Amino acid sequence: MMTTSPTEREIFYQALTIRIRILIMIVSFFPMLLTTGILFYKFNQLYTEKMQTHTLELVQKHSLEIDTFLLEKLGNIRYVARQFDNNQPPSAFLKYHLENLRNEYGDVFTDLGLVNQNGIQFAYEGPFKLENADYSLAHWFINATQRPYYISDVFTGLRGYPHFIISIRIASADVNYILRATVNFGAFNSLVENIHIGKTGIAFIINTKGQLQTKKEISLNRAFVSFITDPRNYDDNETVFTRQQDDITGKKYLCVASMLKHINWLMVFRQDINDAFSELWKTQILTLICFIAGCIAILSVAFILPKSIVRRLSAADEKNEAMNQQVVESGRLATIGELAAGIAHEINNPVAIMIEEAGWMEDLLEEEESEGTKNMDEFKRSLKQINTQGKRCKEITHKLLSFARKNDSTTNDVQINDTIMEIVSLTAQMAKYNNVLIKTILNKNIPYIRISPSEMQQVILNLINNAIDAMEKTGGTITIETKISQIEANHLVITIEDDGPGIPKNNLDRIFDPFFTTKPVGKGTGLGLSICYGIIQKMGGKIDVNSQVGVGTRFRIWIPFQEETKKSI
Amino acid sequence: MNHINLLLVDDEKAFLDTLTKRLEKRGMNVTAVYSGQDALAELKTQKNFEVVILDVKMPQMDGIETLVEIKRQDPLIEVIMLTGHATVETAIDGMKLGAFDYLMKPCDLDVLIAKASEAADKKRIHEDKIIEARMKEITNRRP
Repeated sequence: MMTTSPTEREIFYQALTIRIRILIMIVSFFPMLLTTGILFYKFNQLYTEKMQTHTLELVQKHSLEIDTFLLEKLGNIRYVARQFDNNQPPSAFLKYHLENLRNEYGDVFTDLGLVNQNGIQFAYEGPFKLENADYSLAHWFINATQRPYYISDVFTGLRGYPHFIISIRIASADVNYILRATVNFGAFNSLVENIHIGKTGIAFIINTKGQLQTKKEISLNRAFVSFITDPRNYDDNETVFTRQQDDITGKKYLCVASMLKHINWLMVFRQDINDAFSELWKTQILTLICFIAGCIAILSVAFILPKSIVRRLSAADEKNEAMNQQVVESGRLATIGELAAGIAHEINNPVAIMIEEAGWMEDLLEEEESEGTKNMDEFKRSLKQINTQGKRCKEITHKLLSFARKNDSTTNDVQINDTIMEIVSLTAQMAKYNNVLIKTILNKNIPYIRISPSEMQQVILNLINNAIDAMEKTGGTITIETKISQIEANHLVITIEDDGPGIPKNNLDRIFDPFFTTKPVGKGTGLGLSICYGIIQKMGGKIDVNSQVGVGTRFRIWIPFQEETKKSI
Repeated sequence: MNHINLLLVDDEKAFLDTLTKRLEKRGMNVTAVYSGQDALAELKTQKNFEVVILDVKMPQMDGIETLVEIKRQDPLIEVIMLTGHATVETAIDGMKLGAFDYLMKPCDLDVLIAKASEAADKKRIHEDKIIEARMKEITNRRP
């Protein structure tokens, strides 16, 4: 028997609920977290890699293009320089070649000029009036004089427009000039500006000082510039991958820089991180939503499932305990029964002796009668009383013994109709004396049931005896009916109905209580129906009673049968 | 009819003694013994018992054993089993083994006497029939 108190059990159930909950959460969360995490991380990595590769390729392609462009332009000017002939008037030479270049390449070259070693542009062909312009202090001029060719950074210069210069030194025996060509900045710019990726991906060119060489208005922070201009950071592909935060707007950018081969310029591709990774982030958000939904599902399962499990468990426990209680109860009843039997047996003999002794005294008093003792009548009455009470004792001990007597409870497959017929024939004599007719309506098709036949006999005999007792004065009819129950599935029902005086309503509720009897003292023990009730309960069946005063009483017994043992006669 | 030769067998001495006195007072020839063995011994020495009243529950040799033995020695003797309630089944077994009837303890004296008389009557009728048959046999003998 369970000895735990309700609160203890409550605590136990609570702990159990929590344990199951934690277990569910661990078991579900861990793999989910792991799977999601790994997938998330791997996808992130892969996507970033892909994107980087893609961007790198793009940047490389474009830097190659720009390289090619510059190389080509350099080649053009070189060619022009080689054509230079001192015998020809310089302006005519320039005019002829500019025209040629324009015919060939369109508006790429703005102008051409020849500068002598003192920095004076002595010949010029182009839209600006720059004859005799003094470049001796110009940055590009200083550089150009030291190299066979030079491509300048973008600068505004004398003309007030951003542009850059390709210059070639023409050094022969008699001349030391510099041929300079201004590249149309617009044409060059469009080369770079045409690079677009996504909404915010743009390309621009900077020199090693971080000065912009294209038109774009872009703010660059110093650390970034120093990082991308440091050759040590460049890999085999001569590109560098980095991230940059805008000082002013605080926006984050993804940057790819590539060194140009023929000039100290850097091609930089820059894209807003939000834009670059928007697809990735969309996927990430989707993953996150799935993950959260999964979490919610797990949590709800973790909260609902253990509760229902524990509820079922506790219900089963309660049922079990109730059954335990019943077993204990019946065990105790059996013990009490045995004890009662023992006592009854022990009392029986002394009572028998007492009755005999009283009888003997009666016998003796019979002899004394002639002498006429004055208390003779009282003696006789007293002895008679001893006799009567002794017999009452005997009655009680016999009932107790029958109550406690071990029944033959071995079960058999029983055809209940046969059992009923046996009992009916047994009671027929008594019924006839009391003017009672016993009618049977036995359904031939009811299945066999596995019960103790002797116990069933006891129940039916008890009920018939009660009915006969009830109709002792009036006589009447007892109807016994068997059939398969319409109310309870797989049960057969035995109905024992009489048309006797009926049972008053306030007695009806207590009719199965032990020791409840309406018979006069000494006539009934009140155990009959209670024993019947116990027997039917033990068989897994049910017994109920309906009664109306003046109309009759009906007992119904339901006994379960197994579907598969159903046999027809 | 009242002069029945009765043998009472019960281990409960107080009960048996009083019963003996009461039955003797009603004109019976009563012999009381307190065990099955004594009963068998008594039956051997005294041949004229008509009815034995035998308690079922006795130490050592119980009622059923005694009954079987009695019936083996003298099948014509009628035996009434005396029993507490718990041993009704045994009493029924006893009747199957040839006991005349059974009585429940404590028993009404009048009932006891009535049953004993019935048993004695039966035995007498039985014996009469045997004698008759004997006589018939003798008279029908051919020299």
